[in-house]
Amino acid sequence: MSRIGKILIWTLVAVLGALSLATVALHRGEAISAIWLVAAALCTYALGYRFYSKFIAAKVLTLDAMRATPAERLENGRDFIRTNKWVVFGHHFAAIAGPGPLVGPVLAAQFGYLPGTLWILVGAVFGGCVQDFVILLCSVRRDGKSLGQMARDEISKTAGIVAFVAVISIMVILLAVVALVVVNALKDSPWGTFTIGMTIPIALLMGIYLRFLRPGKVLEASIFGFILVMAAIFAGQWVSQTPTLAQVFTFSGPALAILIIVYGFAASAVPVWLLLAPRDYLSTFVKLGTIAILVIGIIAVRPTLQMPAVTRFINGTGPVFAGTLFPFAFITIACGAISGFHSLISSGTTPKLIARETQTRMVGYGAMAAESLVGIMAVIAACTLQPGTYYAVNSGAGMVGQTPQAAVATISNWGFPVTNEQMDAMAHRVGEKTLFFRTGGAPAFALGMAKIFSDSLGGSAMAIWYHFAIMFEALFILTVLDAGTRVGRFMLQDALGHIWKPLGRTSWYPSIVVTSALMVGGWGYFLWQGIRDPLGGINSLWPLFGICNQLLAAVALCVATTIIVKMGKARYIWVTLLPLSWLLAVTFTASWHKIFDPNPLIGFLAHARQLVSGPATADLGRKLFNDRLDVAVTGLLVLLVAVIVIESALQWITVISGRKQPVTKEAPFVATRYAEETA
Amino acid sequence: MKPIRTFFHILVATLREIFDENAYQRFLLRTSSAPSVESYGKFVCERDAAMTKRPRCC
Repeated sequence: MSRIGKILIWTLVAVLGALSLATVALHRGEAISAIWLVAAALCTYALGYRFYSKFIAAKVLTLDAMRATPAERLENGRDFIRTNKWVVFGHHFAAIAGPGPLVGPVLAAQFGYLPGTLWILVGAVFGGCVQDFVILLCSVRRDGKSLGQMARDEISKTAGIVAFVAVISIMVILLAVVALVVVNALKDSPWGTFTIGMTIPIALLMGIYLRFLRPGKVLEASIFGFILVMAAIFAGQWVSQTPTLAQVFTFSGPALAILIIVYGFAASAVPVWLLLAPRDYLSTFVKLGTIAILVIGIIAVRPTLQMPAVTRFINGTGPVFAGTLFPFAFITIACGAISGFHSLISSGTTPKLIARETQTRMVGYGAMAAESLVGIMAVIAACTLQPGTYYAVNSGAGMVGQTPQAAVATISNWGFPVTNEQMDAMAHRVGEKTLFFRTGGAPAFALGMAKIFSDSLGGSAMAIWYHFAIMFEALFILTVLDAGTRVGRFMLQDALGHIWKPLGRTSWYPSIVVTSALMVGGWGYFLWQGIRDPLGGINSLWPLFGICNQLLAAVALCVATTIIVKMGKARYIWVTLLPLSWLLAVTFTASWHKIFDPNPLIGFLAHARQLVSGPATADLGRKLFNDRLDVAVTGLLVLLVAVIVIESALQWITVISGRKQPVTKEAPFVATRYAEETA
Repeated sequence: MKPIRTFFHILVATLREIFDENAYQRFLLRTSSAPSVESYGKFVCERDAAMTKRPRCC
């Protein structure tokens, strides 16, 4: 294409993007079509990828297509394998896209559709995509080293230890919060519980099929598993309509929490091929298919957004979670905008598969943009619901009133009319007894998704679609739970092995039991705390998770900035320093609020003071301990990250001022043997 | 037709990579073995270590 043609096309993309963003941002008082959000997002990602990532690739990182990657130099047919760039892209996307970009934007929709949408777009283009891209390239140039190893090598030993503590903490909080989302989605829901329960024997069956009947035929087994899961969804309807069976599969929140804790421990101890691997395959299969269908469904149906652009709750009085727009919207949406967890993937499997350095741009920056689009889809799914329904589903009883009558009165008084009859009719349409107080984001997302899918088929089968969406989210989450508990167990074994060698032996059963119990006990404790919380648990746990995740992103950006400075590219330090500064402002402010805010719905200490001054209850001591534990976790993480930031800043100053010769730990340059291949 | 064929070729290759089918083929090549319950068992043993350390994002 000619130069003028290219300029014309990109000008058109820019104009369309600006028009869509203006429509999204400036329309007030009338509903707009969701297609504007999709257009704004696609144009923003296209421009970000074409111009900003190209600038970073050329000027900051100076990608070199002639430099051999570890996949070429260390190729062993096992971990290090030169792989087609689209295949790596798919692999990387499948690993980074979890339930986070679905749940976070749904929760943040309490502020209206605009704040979340803008943060997802700006955060991804200037923060999340940049982090994933830079960390991926840094790891590729260091033989596929992990984030922790790079922090230790490039900043200091302390930074390596802090990265380790941050990763373990985020895992514990993450697993607790995702388990809480599942519990809240399945409590008192025999249909949902039956369907999710059935995924366990289905995964076991797949494991046996793969191991002994048709070895290695994973795609075939996944298709067969998917058909069984669909059958379980239909059977779930029958179970929920059969009184005796419905009773068997109806569980309260605490009962489900205990079941999930027991399951987490068991899943951590059984052989990988039997449960974890087949569930992972099944979940990935469902995930990729459902996301693709959701994108197509939204484009086909072009639903209207019912939620206002900005709601009154930006002042911090929101019923889904308490806290003002700044900083809480920015920690509530992590995955979709910027997520520290991605840096673990970008410095894990992916760098060992990259065939050409130049492909890190498409894989690192591009896959994150694709995940961000999933976040936009979640905003759309949540905001297509009537606001009254959205708040009734997503608010805890402690926030809107203990009974459905009280809840609808409170929500209607806020100017979001909703009635008991509407809620009952909606519950009936999706085959549930009630949809009140289903905090956690998953049920609201499932409702929105079911509405879009159902509308695309003329308004039929809403109940099946709702339970399909619940199954899809829960399957996602249980995979994160399985894999996260195992990864955490390995990290603990690795660390404890330095104290006492036998504990580091991954196949030694006492070590497996001890470290599994430590991991499950850690997230199980926070889960239990969330279940017993009258405000719904999400109010305290999701912000804590957001803070942990964004602090990990801050660690990753510290590493990235240090490497850029050491590469002699200090004039481009702003590329990573700006998102880092924003994240530090957000996380440190949010942490301050979570610890010291005088509002007991926000501040842990204020909540503890309120408990002390209130009537004495049997579990007062435990509740006080929980508040203080939350304070300690938040405070410790902030302190640790502050140490990394200071250590990094000292490095930058000494290098930029010329007091220290920069030494990076890059692997030496080796010319590629595949120079003739096109990048 | 060629772009469509290429698209499906890449899609299948991506799925085979994500679902470890390619990894098994590479294992068979590397160990000069034939597809069987035994060879898949050995592959799974080798793969387990990588699988358990592979994080899944939130």
